[in-house]
Amino acid sequence: MNGARVVWTPWPVLAAFALAVAASFAHLDTDFAALASSESLRQMGRFARGFLAPELGPEFLRRAARGALETVAISALGTLLAAAAGAVLALPASGRWGGWLRPLARLALNVLRSIPELVWAAFMVLAAGLGPFAGSLALAIHTAGVLGRLFAETLENAPPEPARALRESGSGATLAFLYGTLPLVLPQYVSYALYRWEYNIRMAAVLGFVGAGGLGQMLYVSLSVFKTQEASTVLLAMIAIVAVVDALSAWLRRFLGGSGG
Amino acid sequence: MARGRDPALGPRLALTAVALALLWPAVELAEFHPARLADPGNAAAMSRFLGSFFPMALSADFLALVVHATLETLALATAGIAVAMLLALPLAMAASESLSVSRIGPARRAWLAPLARTPVRGLLVLMRSIPEIVWALLFVRAIGLGPAAGVLAIAINYSGMLGKVYFEIFDAGDARPARAILESGGGRLAAFLYGVLPVSLHELVSYSVYRWECAIRASVVMGFVGAGGLGQQMELSMRTLAGGEVSTMLVAFFVLVSLADAISAALRRLLL
Repeated sequence: MNGARVVWTPWPVLAAFALAVAASFAHLDTDFAALASSESLRQMGRFARGFLAPELGPEFLRRAARGALETVAISALGTLLAAAAGAVLALPASGRWGGWLRPLARLALNVLRSIPELVWAAFMVLAAGLGPFAGSLALAIHTAGVLGRLFAETLENAPPEPARALRESGSGATLAFLYGTLPLVLPQYVSYALYRWEYNIRMAAVLGFVGAGGLGQMLYVSLSVFKTQEASTVLLAMIAIVAVVDALSAWLRRFLGGSGG
Repeated sequence: MARGRDPALGPRLALTAVALALLWPAVELAEFHPARLADPGNAAAMSRFLGSFFPMALSADFLALVVHATLETLALATAGIAVAMLLALPLAMAASESLSVSRIGPARRAWLAPLARTPVRGLLVLMRSIPEIVWALLFVRAIGLGPAAGVLAIAINYSGMLGKVYFEIFDAGDARPARAILESGGGRLAAFLYGVLPVSLHELVSYSVYRWECAIRASVVMGFVGAGGLGQQMELSMRTLAGGEVSTMLVAFFVLVSLADAISAALRRLLL
């Protein structure tokens, strides 16, 4: 609200936006009007009706529960591995192992991060075979890139005095890091990791689309054979675990934030 | 300096033991077998696949295909977010309390107001709690393969997210202009256009631009379930183990996402 503020009229921006949207629809070249035709709406309605009656047989519920637990396990293991790898990668990325390693480590983290989880999962299915193991590896690799960068920033912002005091009183570099720097950054590390876990539970639920286990694989299979009742149950399970993990993570964060730093 | 034991050793060991005990079932459930990576069959297949990454596929035909798919990804995200904004605005207006007449003073049937807002908020929760790629899979099954499914998936999922953030922005903004209009007898639409919108426009646009960037990241992988864009080509190349094509497309991914990042950052700086 100061005097230097540029006052712009919204019309050029709106026009550019409208143009971009029009170009997008033109490029997609899809007949969206046909989607609203009665035939296609009837088909969609038939498809959607299946979701109103979730499959609740005890046998399928057991399988869905197992899939849900598997998904939670994939996300937890993936995030944990990623936090460990990220903590290690953050050291060179924050310039602690020499300045020349810093840009290299940052580039590596960037590459890990910019390839989506689903693509990593497709790679890991090749490397480790179908199943949840590939899913946790894929999550671990992508998330290591994300957490590594966040951890490196935390390290760079940590006050250096405690570690320096330890060094000057004769402690080794490793011990100075463990007792002088780590306690300062650990609460932030944990909070980042928990936040990422909340995100990863959503990802773990869909990695199964490329064969990496969990609820996603069940959903994919059910929909492939048009068993919409089963798919509906799986969707409900997905929503349920996301809600549970969100609540758990929020509680953990409040708990750690209250007792720690 | 005396090298005494770490005084916190006991509790730390106990905490680690508890964590490991909790983690063990997870390791079992996730079939965590690192040895599988070293399995000669898997290792050979993977190294053959990685070896075929170079040379990259750079034939004119393939590059044209990649450019087309990249543009399709961009178009999918843009079209999706445009529809999402169109859907989100009225939903947010319905869910927001900033246009509530009954908040101003005693109104007839005031108890109806939350009754009208709650279902809209519930709808928004439902739309955003199912991930976009799941919506994409559902739409692919409902209306067939192609980018239309991707556009609808982005539209539904993102209108859920935008709607929630929009109404929170409306509610958090200065309520006085809208209230003044309502109190002097203006309609809700006038109160929205002249009272609420000017106050919250900047935040609204800035968040929408950020979501556009997210939509591009999401559209990149939509193709894995058959909803068009780069992912679809990627899935094809992966299935045929054409490493050169995969590496070219990974570069395209990287460029597209970095570009979206840069454009979104520049736009938001411009608007702030």
